[in-house]
Amino acid sequence: MDGTLGLLGGTAGGGSGGGGGSTTGSASTVSKEDNLVMSSEVSSPYPDETELELGLGLSLGVGGGGLGSNSKLAAAPWGQYARILTAKDFPSLVSKSSSTSSSLVTKANSSTAGTKRSASDSPLNGASQVVGWPPLRTYRMNSLATQAKAPTAEDFSSPCEENESKNAVVDRTTSGSNKNPHNAKEIFFVKTSLFVKVNMDGVGIGRKVDLNAHNCYENLAETLDDMFFTPTTTITARWSSVEENDVMTEASGPSKLLDGSSEFVLTYEDKEGDWMLVGDVPWGYVASSCYDIYVSAL
Amino acid sequence: MVPDPKRCNSCKDSASSRDSPEWTRPSAFPDEVLDRVLSLMESHKDRSSVSLVCKDWYNAERWSRSHVFIGNCYSVSPEIVARRFPNIRSVTLKGKPRFSDFNLVPQNWGADICAWLAVFAAAYPFLEELRLKRMAVSDESLEFIATSFPCFKSLSLLSCDGFSTDGLKSIASHCKNLTELDLQENVMDDLGGGWLSCFSENFVTLEVLNFASLNTDVSFDALEALVTRCKSLRVLKVNKNITLEQLQRLLVRAPQLVELGTGSFQQDLMPRVYAELESAFNNCKNLHTLSGLWEANFLYLPVLYVASASLTFLNLSYACLTSSELANLVAHCPSLRRLWFAVIIVSKTEVLDTVEDKGLEAVGSSCPLLEELRVFPADPFDQDIVHGVTESGFVAVSRGCRRLHYVLYFCRQMSNAAVATIVQNCPDFTHFRLCIMNPGQPDYLTNEPMDEAFGAVVKTCTKLQRLAVSGLLTDLTFEYIGKYAKNLETLSVAFAGSSDLGMQCVLGGCTKLRKLEIRDCPFGNAALLSGLEKYESMRSLWMSACNVTMNGCRLLAKEMPRLNVEVMKDDESDDSQADKTGSGHQYKIPVMTELTCTQILKIASLETARK
Repeated sequence: MDGTLGLLGGTAGGGSGGGGGSTTGSASTVSKEDNLVMSSEVSSPYPDETELELGLGLSLGVGGGGLGSNSKLAAAPWGQYARILTAKDFPSLVSKSSSTSSSLVTKANSSTAGTKRSASDSPLNGASQVVGWPPLRTYRMNSLATQAKAPTAEDFSSPCEENESKNAVVDRTTSGSNKNPHNAKEIFFVKTSLFVKVNMDGVGIGRKVDLNAHNCYENLAETLDDMFFTPTTTITARWSSVEENDVMTEASGPSKLLDGSSEFVLTYEDKEGDWMLVGDVPWGYVASSCYDIYVSAL
Repeated sequence: MVPDPKRCNSCKDSASSRDSPEWTRPSAFPDEVLDRVLSLMESHKDRSSVSLVCKDWYNAERWSRSHVFIGNCYSVSPEIVARRFPNIRSVTLKGKPRFSDFNLVPQNWGADICAWLAVFAAAYPFLEELRLKRMAVSDESLEFIATSFPCFKSLSLLSCDGFSTDGLKSIASHCKNLTELDLQENVMDDLGGGWLSCFSENFVTLEVLNFASLNTDVSFDALEALVTRCKSLRVLKVNKNITLEQLQRLLVRAPQLVELGTGSFQQDLMPRVYAELESAFNNCKNLHTLSGLWEANFLYLPVLYVASASLTFLNLSYACLTSSELANLVAHCPSLRRLWFAVIIVSKTEVLDTVEDKGLEAVGSSCPLLEELRVFPADPFDQDIVHGVTESGFVAVSRGCRRLHYVLYFCRQMSNAAVATIVQNCPDFTHFRLCIMNPGQPDYLTNEPMDEAFGAVVKTCTKLQRLAVSGLLTDLTFEYIGKYAKNLETLSVAFAGSSDLGMQCVLGGCTKLRKLEIRDCPFGNAALLSGLEKYESMRSLWMSACNVTMNGCRLLAKEMPRLNVEVMKDDESDDSQADKTGSGHQYKIPVMTELTCTQILKIASLETARK
């Protein structure tokens, strides 16, 4: 049995189910049972609440309400994920881009401070393109990805040259402290990774893409093309036949995601929680501020 | 211990003898003695046992407890805690399920500290210590802590979220008696390093400072002055913006350090500075823990050799050492008890992945006292890379380090035979966490499931408390676990199992099970409901992407009304065109088939007095 495939099928949307940033579907929680006691000797004064209440939106922790209260918090923070976004939502959001862009830049650096929102899921790893795998904390994930940006470019030195250049470093008598020595190893670790979640309409499993591995929208769109429009057994099985036909024919050639001719449109969610249409702001802003990308059906 | 019936009768007479001012009841066991004994008792498990003996002891224990540990913040309310324990000085609180670290829990799920703080401010005005893990902490909460508890000394935040460096400013400004500020891997907004400068010039009490995971610069002058003033500083972990030269200056000020986290370990150093750095390390006679070492330039590692003989814990997770560099370094660390490192890739021309194993072989031969090993994966994202450690590295370590009892090992290939050998060499494992990175991957030699590997683990390692399984696993693995892992408390399962039987075996067989976390396994309602009696003694159960349905959850909640059953449902996969409105007030409960429903189910059980 192909364990991976079978399990992927079995879990279907399992990958995306965990994604806190997923953007469609409704999320609701059954109200908590507040009847908690520590021991029979210290009985709880809580009202008896044996009946579950369903469909009451979200009971999101205690916030300021305290565990003792039965109040349901407003669904607002989670609620914005509970809509299916379509193209008609975007015009109103796009207009906000100019006002929010300035605030995006100042927070750019914090996105690499191990914020989970920006690098939430496990990125692709062979057949296991699922959320939260391998099980590493985001902070460590980003650090490991940074470290392992091993020589992919041609001009990186091989290990023996690397050693030589390190020797040279010690012999040089440079004055003052220098935070950026020019030894070969340092080149590997210049950029940190910035993984963001990508969800697509109709696809249960979220993916992950490293924004810092791309330098422009075209690259990103190409990558997303490869991810989502490369037919795999499980993914195509989930598409409706109409979409499937359309997208399959568009799989070849340059990405259609950007020029609006595909059935899908790329959107991303910025730090303010607004949904922006990809392409409206300079790449730098997106790369520094985006949390989740959503490929939305038109 | 069987209570003397006579004494218990007298307990019944005076309902809460401890609380009444007059105390005339004679006792064969003087309360003074009991108090004295209890004052020496720190383990919360022992204290829970004591509290169950009789009412008198229960009261004695609750009055004498100064530290409370709450493993699941939703298992009890802060009011109940405050009512039971009047004299708490220190609180450890854990919030979100562990899988929130891997983003399987929605944002704003809960575990907010502020409700707790409100109660603590009233009940424990002399609170000194808060240790929080996976809690939501806002800047307002941090400010509240800083201003509400005049005796506050110790703040430890691990994997928390929701705050920024502004909150740290409050702590630094107001906590005049602070001894510990420990920040590890939190999801926080790092707006700048100005918080460090908020410690006043008269502030001298700091003993522990860990800001290694922050990214922005702090004022080095402020840091140096702080380190100079605080003569009791024993733990200092700086972030990667601190240079080697700056590190040298800090070390000169604080040779008494016991734990050091360096900053960036690469820099162009003039020979004089290099010598000074070496001398500084030489003066640190008490150093036993070393971490940081970001991007360590191996040419500078020798400065550590003078201090490395006494190192017991070496955290090289961020050091980017090659195997040979690692081998060189550990050769100087014969006293090492705990080693963490991450494999890095040197060159893609390497065909075999034995290069990385060589580092582990060196560990096996250089560090005979090793008890804990954590190996993090090389480039967890790149599927083209076939490098990294294999089973042979693990086997090599097990041969040389017979005292190994804690392992966390990420690898790309493993075999049943290797695992059997490993546990044969090291039968004392208490924590065995093996992560074969490709889900559902079989034994690479035989192509069989990895059932026998984990069977060997549970059969041989009778002290096993924590187990994480991976690879291709059938129900047989779980039959083994249920049958042999009688001391198992924590089990993590992903992409494994064949049927409900697997989970049923675990729930039925592992008598000491406290935490069970399962994702992407074919366990359904029958399995879920088979554990009804079990859940009461557990801290938490997590199931996501399994075959559990809403009805199963409802039934569970109905059968166990005191259980906290929470369903986080996301029917994104239901791509029919039903109208889904706004905030999720209406949602479709799909008929559960294993291909359509995505559910995350979290069950928190109540913590009874004995915990």
